[in-house]
Amino acid sequence: MTFSPQLEARFDKLLKSYPPGRQRSAMVPMLLYAQDEIGRITDELVNEVATRTGCTPLQVNEVLSYYSMLHTKPLGKYHIQVCTNISCLLRDGDKLYEHTCKKLGIGHKEVTADGQFSVEEVECIGACSWAPAIQVNYDFHHHVTPEKLDQLLDGLGKKQ
Amino acid sequence: MLFNQPSPLETKVLTRRFGLPNSASIDTYLATEGYQAFLKAAKMTPEQIIEEVKVSNLRGRGGAGFPTGMKWGFVPRTSPKPKYIVVNGDESEPGTCKDRVLIENDPHQLIEGVLIAGLSVDAHAGYIYIRGEYRYLIEVVEKALAEAYEKGWLGKNIQGTGFDFDLYAHTGAGAYECGEESALLESLEGKRGIPRIRPPFPAVAGAFQCPTILNNVETFCAVPAILRDGGAAFAALGIPKSGGTKMTCLTGHINKPGVYELKLGFPVKQMIEEVGGGIRNGKKLKAFIPGGSSCPVLTAAEVEGATMDYDSMASRKTMLGSGGVIIMDEDTCMVKAALRIMRFYAHESCGWCIPCREGTTWLKKILTRFHEGQGTRTDIDLIGDIAKNMLGRTFCPLGDAAAMPTISIVEKFRHEFEDHLNGKPCPYENTGSMVTV
Repeated sequence: MTFSPQLEARFDKLLKSYPPGRQRSAMVPMLLYAQDEIGRITDELVNEVATRTGCTPLQVNEVLSYYSMLHTKPLGKYHIQVCTNISCLLRDGDKLYEHTCKKLGIGHKEVTADGQFSVEEVECIGACSWAPAIQVNYDFHHHVTPEKLDQLLDGLGKKQ
Repeated sequence: MLFNQPSPLETKVLTRRFGLPNSASIDTYLATEGYQAFLKAAKMTPEQIIEEVKVSNLRGRGGAGFPTGMKWGFVPRTSPKPKYIVVNGDESEPGTCKDRVLIENDPHQLIEGVLIAGLSVDAHAGYIYIRGEYRYLIEVVEKALAEAYEKGWLGKNIQGTGFDFDLYAHTGAGAYECGEESALLESLEGKRGIPRIRPPFPAVAGAFQCPTILNNVETFCAVPAILRDGGAAFAALGIPKSGGTKMTCLTGHINKPGVYELKLGFPVKQMIEEVGGGIRNGKKLKAFIPGGSSCPVLTAAEVEGATMDYDSMASRKTMLGSGGVIIMDEDTCMVKAALRIMRFYAHESCGWCIPCREGTTWLKKILTRFHEGQGTRTDIDLIGDIAKNMLGRTFCPLGDAAAMPTISIVEKFRHEFEDHLNGKPCPYENTGSMVTV
């Protein structure tokens, strides 16, 4: 498999970051960074990461199934992650999540028909003092209201 | 830059550079006494460094509150194995958002703390483990690391001291459990984040089975100030046995939520009223969680006279924890709060130990039907019983973390559970429910 030069450079650096014989350490970062580039974890990617880290594909799959940010199914171009954990809940994060689902017409871990949006109800994302908070892909949005969310989604929808 | 309006009641030690132009850059850091503590430490013996940290009364800021100097002292410095320094930046305890602020605003302070830890145990490599959701912080840290290498504060023979140190950023990929130290080490080795049995502790067999210092981001960030100004000066900021300041995240029903650096021993009432501007909408306090969702809940009456430090919280049978303060007003449904907390732990249980894996899911199911009005009177005791049977029966503290708030909510807010025994949905939902914006 070939990746962008930036990602290849990142992989090279990663594989040199751990003690000799410990290249398996690079597995989780490699999977996450590769997923960012190609959209999801494919069987081909599993095999590639296995080869590069000196592991079996089974070992990679075993790790892959543990981490909630690694996914084998495609997500929307904009993955809307709404936190409903306690600090966000106290500031209406649950209502914000319901609003998001209703607006996009999809539920937890579903993707809109045009592939633009997906929604996920997530656990604490570490934005508790700026609740309710969401992440769109990796971007944080704080103090989100339903109105602000509508504006954000409408803006992203137009960017298509 | 992510930080709220500071409060005049804060004691700015770890946050002293917040708000300066380019506070994250090495130039700003060097212009404000940055890396001077490392140079001072490089002239000291490892014993002297560890002694200084012990004198400071610094205790682990990730939640457990273990004395840092003592932890460092457990590392067998003369072991022929390489030693490692690992930073726990897997901040994911609900209610906690302080490490994020520390890394974003002042990454070099963290790097300097790691370097000093390295000197104290003769370690020459370290890893900063950052949760996957904090992706932008990986970029912040990598930029800071590159600057430090470029200016000779990392790498070979740092500033002519003869000390070598390499530091790397490592990302997680979504797992609360990886904030537990032994699970974090498994994750760092490219495995599922499942806790290890202890002993041996990480001090002896940590990263790659080698002696390792593993501390929270905030703990390392406190170290430069301790070496620079002396352990005694840091200790004097707090109260006996709890030195220094604590990054405190005010969350929930409060007028001015935010992250504030407060002296240990800061009165809770003053924190809520003066730092946080009081409870939102003029409401009364119902419940208070001092340090993340795994801490037992305090009632408004129990908060009277309490101070934000390890001992005051321990005397009230709760914990200072991570500093993630969760404030719930009089309209909050405590059954719903207990349910949401349990849903989290059921989702995050790694499944390794049966009491945690089965207990969290069982409790989630009972609390779900209870909140919907389908609970029975015997369920109330059952919730408490299941939770008590999880306590102390798991490899790692996640089982305890799920059990402790649950037990406290059932014991202290039993009447709210009884109010749900009417076959109807939550009685609190229609009376203003959790919040009214």
